[in-house]
Amino acid sequence: MGYIPHTDVERRQMLAAIGVTTIEDLFEAVPATHRFPRLKLPAPLSEVEVAREMLALAESNEHAQDFALFRGAGAYHHFIPSAVNHLLLRGEFYTAYTPYQPEFSQGTLQATFEYQSMMCALTGMDAANASHYDGATSLAEAVTVALQVTKGKRNKIILSPGIHPHYREVVRTYHQGRDVQIVGDDAPAQAAALADLLDDKTAMLAVQYPNFFGQIEDLAGLAEKVHRAGAVLVVVANPLALGMLKSPGSLGADIVVGDAQPVGVPLSFGGPYVGFFACKQEFVRKIAGRIVGESVDTDGRRAYVMTLRPREQDIKREKASSNICTNQGLMALGVSMYLALMGKTGLRQVAELNYHKAHYAADRIAALPGYQVNRERPFFNEFLVRCPQPVATLNQALVAEGIIGGYDVGQDYPHLAQHMLLCVTEMNPKEEIDVLVDVLGKVK
Amino acid sequence: MAALNYPSDLKYAKSDEWVRVEGDIATLGISDYAQDALNDLTYVEYAVEPGAKVAAGDAVAEVESVKASSEIYSPIAGEILAVNEALKGEEDTINADPYGKGWLVKLRLSDASGLAELMDAAAYQTYCESR
Amino acid sequence: MTLRMTMPEQVATPEPLEPLIYELSVPGRVGVNLPVCDVPAAPLPADLLRDDLKLPEVSELQVVRHYLKLSQLNHAIDKGFYPLGSCTMKYNPKLNEDMARLPGFAALHPLHDTEGAQGALALMYELQRWLGEISGFEAVSLAPAAGAQGEFAGILMIRRYHLDRGDTQRTKILVPNSAHGTNPATVTMAGFEVVELPSDERGDVDMNALKQVCREQGSSIAGMMITVPSTLGLFEEHILDVIETVHNAGGLMYMDGANMNALMGIVKPGELGFDVMHYNLHKTFSTPHGGGGPGSGPVGVNAKLKPFLPGPVVDILEEASEPDESPLYGFVMPSKSIGRLKAFQGNFGMHVRAYAYIRIYGDSGIRDVSRHAVLNANYVRARLMDTYKIPYPRYCGHEFVIEARLDGAESIHALDISKRLMDYGIHPPTNYFPLIVPEALLIEPTETETKETLDEFIDVMKKIAVEARQTPELLHTAPHHAPVKRLDEVRAAKQLVLCCAPALPGAAD
Repeated sequence: MGYIPHTDVERRQMLAAIGVTTIEDLFEAVPATHRFPRLKLPAPLSEVEVAREMLALAESNEHAQDFALFRGAGAYHHFIPSAVNHLLLRGEFYTAYTPYQPEFSQGTLQATFEYQSMMCALTGMDAANASHYDGATSLAEAVTVALQVTKGKRNKIILSPGIHPHYREVVRTYHQGRDVQIVGDDAPAQAAALADLLDDKTAMLAVQYPNFFGQIEDLAGLAEKVHRAGAVLVVVANPLALGMLKSPGSLGADIVVGDAQPVGVPLSFGGPYVGFFACKQEFVRKIAGRIVGESVDTDGRRAYVMTLRPREQDIKREKASSNICTNQGLMALGVSMYLALMGKTGLRQVAELNYHKAHYAADRIAALPGYQVNRERPFFNEFLVRCPQPVATLNQALVAEGIIGGYDVGQDYPHLAQHMLLCVTEMNPKEEIDVLVDVLGKVK
Repeated sequence: MAALNYPSDLKYAKSDEWVRVEGDIATLGISDYAQDALNDLTYVEYAVEPGAKVAAGDAVAEVESVKASSEIYSPIAGEILAVNEALKGEEDTINADPYGKGWLVKLRLSDASGLAELMDAAAYQTYCESR
Repeated sequence: MTLRMTMPEQVATPEPLEPLIYELSVPGRVGVNLPVCDVPAAPLPADLLRDDLKLPEVSELQVVRHYLKLSQLNHAIDKGFYPLGSCTMKYNPKLNEDMARLPGFAALHPLHDTEGAQGALALMYELQRWLGEISGFEAVSLAPAAGAQGEFAGILMIRRYHLDRGDTQRTKILVPNSAHGTNPATVTMAGFEVVELPSDERGDVDMNALKQVCREQGSSIAGMMITVPSTLGLFEEHILDVIETVHNAGGLMYMDGANMNALMGIVKPGELGFDVMHYNLHKTFSTPHGGGGPGSGPVGVNAKLKPFLPGPVVDILEEASEPDESPLYGFVMPSKSIGRLKAFQGNFGMHVRAYAYIRIYGDSGIRDVSRHAVLNANYVRARLMDTYKIPYPRYCGHEFVIEARLDGAESIHALDISKRLMDYGIHPPTNYFPLIVPEALLIEPTETETKETLDEFIDVMKKIAVEARQTPELLHTAPHHAPVKRLDEVRAAKQLVLCCAPALPGAAD
């Protein structure tokens, strides 16, 4: 039953070899008072029944294959070529462990090396690790690096309020046991004003690009101010936007982090996603997480292996800067496959499609009475709309028409009550956008 | 495997550093035993710069091999005079010549009393062979 | 003794097994069919645009062949035996993969409105309950993204628990010297100091040392982290005494659930007195390891720590009005939560797989998983006992450690045996861990392996022991039949080539 292959005969043979009569005899060290408790779980089901039950659960959700989705806010519905899923289902990839034995893991190792290379190309950085859990934890790990680089003499971290609210919460969760001061969230959203908070205690300043509201912040000049203050500039980036936008590296960033979910990973109700982490060469020994490097085998054949291992928890133990062990290996693999398929021109094309469609939607919504589109800064595929009605009311009306509306920003930013963050991607044909606009215009 | 060296003119710490004292100048490195245990060294990072004052037991450097990392402590107090920059990129010098060109830091002794705590070569060899 | 080998000059450098995807690139080639733009083009912000993007330019078929070839260079559970201790490389059921890819799960937005995500929320709620039931805990949060993050959450909860009581003196966490590296690293990360405890000759925590530490430093001890069964694969014989001792000192008990595959239906950690533990869904509950992740590391707690759980967790917002209706599920943040550990709500795709797994086994089957995991480990152990030194003379849990030192083969290390196993198509056991056993090989067969596979492994291990004595060079230079030979890891660490040159800004297209 289940996936256990043993027959009665085999069990008897094995018990005889061990020298016991029952399997239960092997548990003598477990306190007898607590041994073999009853488990109140549902009864076992056949594969047919499990699939049926789970299909019913799945179909009771309002998902992007049945609905027109205009919600982003850190998780995006994009086209993923079929080849990605087919290749990810190769058992040789997904049923392998971490490539600790390079002779038996060249597939995973080379793919990871290629992933690192692609992340360097997108971000304009020198080095990338094999990934973190998600974009938020990548940012939290960047804080640790900044604290290390400034050798514990600086403990102030400036976070832009334009960084995803969950990301900022995660940074606070991660560093609650340390002497760290996290500021800036309550300052105006523009990157320039954040620079006024820089001082000789500042280890790092982080901005998001494009920011949580979809706006492309002006990074030019920011790096110089941050560096003059002796701090590290961290940019949280959307990798799809980097298909068209200048790389943060070219604008002076020291560390670029973010979630690579938009480039090849399904929404999946929030995870698993994949946090990328790229940095300048000088920081590479301070960063956490697995890193793959190129080398040769004893025949001189080019091959790949995990390197800079002494940074990691299994070697450094209590002296390690992070306890991270797993990376998001399979998601990073999917991301490399996606980026390989898209390639140089495809990724640019998808990014521009997002840009054009979002602007078309914004222009049409701006023309509706009572709606105001925020155009303070250029935007990518998301934009902020001030609505004539509460966002929840609008979203209820939209769902009835088969549309999942934008994110209610007032939940996280009280001064932005009645503001909807809309996301438009290559998955939204013009007709869907037109229906969205029509419904929004009709809600009374 | 070649036998390990324990030069008799040096003093040794339990944490496997050696110290050579010439007047009030002390040179510090890691022992043959330590380099052998760590295997091929790939990286050295100094925790101090010339001019820094260190107390006995302070970390002065960290050395790494492919699968190990070890902090190097100064067993004696003093002022750092020099760190061995020549080891950068040539970390295998420590494996090849731990007591010579593979030295790590030089310091001016501020308090010689720490030296009394250290082992002589015979005691250190016994200690290593018992591990 | 050095792994670095220089190539004889006259030998030509062998070809790489597979070119890098960048090396397949031809300018102008495209691997994807994209929609044309069906809206009027908006003016692009010229000053914000990049003029270079160093991504490969390849066709779809090239991509497919490239990754297929790469996949073939891996060893994997689907390919052969993988007795990697402490990792629980059990079969990853195919049903789970199909379930996680149902559009209702895979295409569901994480910030979707509560009413429209009831199926996903119900699934998470049930999984929380089942995990709690299996381990005897009051409440479970599925938020942690991996085991290490679950550990971090657990230690942060312990921290907040003491601070919440106004006790600010507890700065230390006890960790046995056999622990996974994540344990001490977690302790530091959460702002605590590690106090390492020795193990006794039976592989258990040294009770005298524990009692002494608790006597002398009791008021500064926040808690203890311990793996059950231990990383040596042994069930701690004094576990109740350990828990009581730490509790009496005012500390809380954290169980590292990495080895839960030995315990399901055997004993509930919550009933033993543990306050908090993490589960590894990618070990115990069959979600795939994915070549290094994603993991999923839910945490279970007793009533004491429930308010501190990382969030969000799923709770019932409104009870059902009719008996045959479902209640309204929704996300809530526990009242004194340590906070969010990642954006959104955990690695949901892994929750789906674990749900399917538990549903297949059900109440009567889950215990069988652990029974057979332990049976398999003890069988292999019993049959290798005459050939290899097995340091602890007692029944093991789901894994056991051997000390890979063979009389008459002094030059052979655990690593050599590991590499030679590859020549027989078997993935090596975990090497050099736990640290307290010299030349350790940690072997975990898992319950999904047949007796034939175990017998074959046993035969190979015996054969290697003979080879070690007769032809040690065969082991020193192994593997001979893997895709590559041993790697020059020194070169990798010193030359640091971490991405390929074409991807670097400024390099030629």
